[in-house]
Amino acid sequence: MKDTNMTENAVTTDTPKITARGVQVYYGDTHAIKDVDVEIAANTVTAFIGPSGCGKSTFLRCINRMNDTIPIARVEGDIRIDGEDIYDKRVDPVQLRAKVGMVFQKPNPFPKSIYDNVAYGPRIHGLSKNKADLDEIVENALRRAALWDEAKDRLQQPGTGLSGGQQQRLCIARAVATAPEILLMDEPCSALDPIATAQVEELIDELRQNYSVVIVTHSMQQAARVSQKTAFFHLGHLVEYGETGKIFTSPEDPRTESYISGRIG
Amino acid sequence: MTDVTAAGPTGAGKGSLLNQDDRTGKRNRAEGRFKMYGLIAVCIGIGMLVLLLISILSNGLSSFQQTTLRIQVDLPEDKLDKSGVRDPSVMSKVTTFGYAPLLRDGLVATLAANGIETELSDKDVAELISDESVAQLRNRVLANPDVIGTTIEVNALASGRIDGYYKDRVTMASAERDSNISPEQLQLADRLKEAGLLGTSFNWLFFTAPDASDTRPEAAGLGVAILGSLYMMLIVLVLALPIGVAASIYLEEFAPQNRWTDLIEVNISNLAAVPSIVFGILGLAIFINFAGLPQSAPIVGGLVLTLMTLPTIIIATRAALKAVPPSIRDAALGLGASKMQSVFHHVLPLAMPGILTGTIIGLAQALGETAPLLLIGMVAFVREYPDSPLDGGFFDPATALPVQIFNWTQRSDPAFVERASGAIIVLLLFLLVMNLTAIFLRRKFERRW
Amino acid sequence: MPTSWILLILAALGIVAFYVSRARAIGSVDGDARRLHSLPIYYGLNGAMTALVPALLLLAVWLVVQPTLLDRSILSDLPDSAIPEGSTPGLVMGDVRRVADGVEQGFAFNQFGTRDLSSLNTEAVGEILSAGGTALGTPLTADVLSAAVDYWQARVVLSWIMAAAVIGIALIGTAWAIRKSQGEFRARNVVEKGVLILLMAAASIAILTTLGIVLSMLFETMNFFRQYSWTEFFFNLTWKPSFSGRGGASELGILPLLWGTLYISFIALIVAVPIGLFAAIYLSEYAGKRFRSIAKPLIEILAGIPTIVYGLFALVTVGPLLRDAFASPLGLGNSASSVMTAGLVMGIMLIPFVSSLSDDIINAVPQAMRDGSLGLGATQSETIRQVIVPAALPGIVGAVLLAASRAIGETMIVVLGAGAAARLDLNPFEAMTTVTVKIVSQLTGDTDFASPETLVAFALGLTLFVITLGLNVLALFIVRKYREQYE
Repeated sequence: MKDTNMTENAVTTDTPKITARGVQVYYGDTHAIKDVDVEIAANTVTAFIGPSGCGKSTFLRCINRMNDTIPIARVEGDIRIDGEDIYDKRVDPVQLRAKVGMVFQKPNPFPKSIYDNVAYGPRIHGLSKNKADLDEIVENALRRAALWDEAKDRLQQPGTGLSGGQQQRLCIARAVATAPEILLMDEPCSALDPIATAQVEELIDELRQNYSVVIVTHSMQQAARVSQKTAFFHLGHLVEYGETGKIFTSPEDPRTESYISGRIG
Repeated sequence: MTDVTAAGPTGAGKGSLLNQDDRTGKRNRAEGRFKMYGLIAVCIGIGMLVLLLISILSNGLSSFQQTTLRIQVDLPEDKLDKSGVRDPSVMSKVTTFGYAPLLRDGLVATLAANGIETELSDKDVAELISDESVAQLRNRVLANPDVIGTTIEVNALASGRIDGYYKDRVTMASAERDSNISPEQLQLADRLKEAGLLGTSFNWLFFTAPDASDTRPEAAGLGVAILGSLYMMLIVLVLALPIGVAASIYLEEFAPQNRWTDLIEVNISNLAAVPSIVFGILGLAIFINFAGLPQSAPIVGGLVLTLMTLPTIIIATRAALKAVPPSIRDAALGLGASKMQSVFHHVLPLAMPGILTGTIIGLAQALGETAPLLLIGMVAFVREYPDSPLDGGFFDPATALPVQIFNWTQRSDPAFVERASGAIIVLLLFLLVMNLTAIFLRRKFERRW
Repeated sequence: MPTSWILLILAALGIVAFYVSRARAIGSVDGDARRLHSLPIYYGLNGAMTALVPALLLLAVWLVVQPTLLDRSILSDLPDSAIPEGSTPGLVMGDVRRVADGVEQGFAFNQFGTRDLSSLNTEAVGEILSAGGTALGTPLTADVLSAAVDYWQARVVLSWIMAAAVIGIALIGTAWAIRKSQGEFRARNVVEKGVLILLMAAASIAILTTLGIVLSMLFETMNFFRQYSWTEFFFNLTWKPSFSGRGGASELGILPLLWGTLYISFIALIVAVPIGLFAAIYLSEYAGKRFRSIAKPLIEILAGIPTIVYGLFALVTVGPLLRDAFASPLGLGNSASSVMTAGLVMGIMLIPFVSSLSDDIINAVPQAMRDGSLGLGATQSETIRQVIVPAALPGIVGAVLLAASRAIGETMIVVLGAGAAARLDLNPFEAMTTVTVKIVSQLTGDTDFASPETLVAFALGLTLFVITLGLNVLALFIVRKYREQYE
């Protein structure tokens, strides 16, 4: 276990985890993403910011091929994870999505028990040898999502009965349980109150230890708080990408500056 | 906690994405199977539709063709009108028994004139002709007494067995076992056909003639049934549309939130799911036994079908009213129109296409409904056309298309299966036209807000 | 006076009330319509409404009530001896009415050669009646004849009183409306109130219909249970109505009918639920837009085909096919009509019903659920089986219950496909019968509403109504709860 971890870290320090080159996305006739190039490093939190409809979520959904589920969406260009083209014909999106987990805007726990929600991924991917194994995976995932203490006594109760913030952490636990290498988060806090948001943000920071986290957010403050790198999208273009501190203090592009100072939004 | 952080990512995502692992392969095969089940289910559904239509068409299309014999018939005055005054009321004393020999002799003479020889007796030869043709000949003479004393050409219906022979229902082998027809008679029919005296033509009578008795399937038609169905649809339209629209307007626009409104709502949704036969019992008990309306009458059928159709129309109308945006109502109210004016002047006209579509679909349902009509006596054998609605025709006995179909399925002669299937084709054509009209209306007037 | 005349007079009065009220309202403001409270037409409408509505209500009530009261009064005057053995007051009253019609006709066409009532005798009237093709339940007696004459005369008198009352009310209404038609009168509000009441009355017809259904069956069912024990009806294992005698010999147990009904419905659901559900899943989750736009309407055509067509399909195609392909070779019987025939065909009929209900329900599951599952790397079928179907389960259960209720109440397919023999059997290739088949067979043809063999149909109908109503209410409740969950 530790060995794999080591080698993995070793690899990712040299090469980026995700490399995108010339990515174009079309929804029917709409050109939603225009020629995006980006490199995302391992064990960092990368934030995508930009006004609504700028394509940041669309681009996020390219990384685990969730756009495949939309019939009119078409993706061109090259996206590689660990150097492997994820749009290669031989790649099964099912396997890809196990490696690239996703947390959505609105908490979407399944109408099942908390336990079954978390165990869902491991079960379908066959990650556990037996019940005890599964219990352990569920417990670890819930711990990692900082939900264990609140949920351990009510594992068999429906996940929909949790509060909004707890539900979102449950969804994170659910994503973590399949042991992904990358976690995509599509505005994970937009439906949460400030306290729950703070908890989730803290969690994101902890998750960085083990995963590359890519987070789409509407809130610049949030991007500033949780991310190391920030990408600014505008009208389907990746306008600027760099260290979070730099983007927020001395952006190079005037559009970025306008956005950050609140002139476009 | 240390244990957790040390665990790190494990499991599924290991290894290259380019190589499918065994488990994923297995899951993908399960996926393929599952998808296949779905496709099979869809195909079974469509296949059953095709099978159903093929079965109906193959049984029923032939009913639109009818075999007839071209016969020269002498109409001697001494047999048909001894008085010589050509008064139909006097001539009607000669019953069909008086006409039957004329037709028989006519056929025998026609055979002789065309050089067709047969060993069959005259009586057996006459069996080629439908009994109904005799009545038709009589009606023709009574309608036009001047033909008496002349020789006329009659297109006589062939008997059901002969008709069936040319529709592959009757064969030489089956004729051996059949007391109504013999192979020799079939051979004679073949020779008549060669001589051009026997042929098939489009069966107009099927659409206009009334029902016929068990022994004359060749003469049975849908005239009374189509008229009866038409009458009932008229009643349903005239009653169900205004009542349904009024009820919907009340429920959608005016009804306060109270118990009474709830009760109405619950009742409507339940009535939509009550078995149709229960409506038949209602019709029998209330309209016939209690209110004393006549049995078999379109008025009773129309009332029963109205009650059945109302929920459909109400549900469709309410959906149409709901689809009109509140801004339209607000605009009218803002100009000082009363609530009633805003509804009748603005909302209702905008909802009209939706209402009409729903009404047509409701009518189509009502047109195909059979079970309740059985209970109110519409399954009776009716040969008289009902009068026009202005002369109280709604109260005359009649049948309806689906009931006529049922009626024919209960007859023993297989020729009636052909008739029933043919009637179904007619019924389905009516339904098709109605549904296409509804679709057309929806397409043409559909408005997206 | 005939009712049609009364209606004509009322129509004329309504028109008069309309124009006079309107003219008077305009006159009251010296022809300046702007000074009226409402548009002039509302004054006219108010006039017509005030004139007609009370009069028409009275007319309707009178027409409904008069026959009942008159019958009762005539019957009470009739000596007991006038009701022969084995007949009922209702039947005799029917004769009285027919004789009265005959007498009326006889006088109208002067067929008795006299206008003197007292000289009427039973022979003369009997002749007229039989010449007119009227058949009486019993030979005409002097008692019946005198009752008929009384009936006829009372009817004539009452119709005049009715005409006078109705037209009087209409006149009063007209006068009242004309008097009220002044400039400040809020005619529009009154008319709109009237229209609102009309709308409400239309909506209440739904309640009246349910009431009519329940009451009509309840009364006759009570009649039935007076003649036949209810324990026998519900628990006897035999259905064997006697056709000759009344009561006594008949065994009218509902259980064999219920068994047939449930057995056939069960087979229908076994066919329809998986096919319908899988078809719905395929069409909503897998099928491309083009395929869906063709396949979905095609399947829905099955729902628009009248049940008589399915019935004929069962009778002509499916029945013989099943008999020749399965039942006869396997030695399971040689009947074309069977539980299997009816069940299969009914299953086909229910496919679109199940599939379109399930389609709605599956589409009501939020997209977020699908995304959540797919985002975890689940395949589509895993998503459907483990997330969507469990989430939609209550709705699907509701849909299946609705389909079951349909199947139980279906008539034509079982009339033509199932057979007529009441049987408690497990062999699906055997002909069995259902509740609906027996309702049809007991209520068509010669019916005698005094005999238990006919009345049992109402008890069957009520049982059917209660069962389907229960299923529907339960299903609607479940479906509604389900929808609220995702709204």
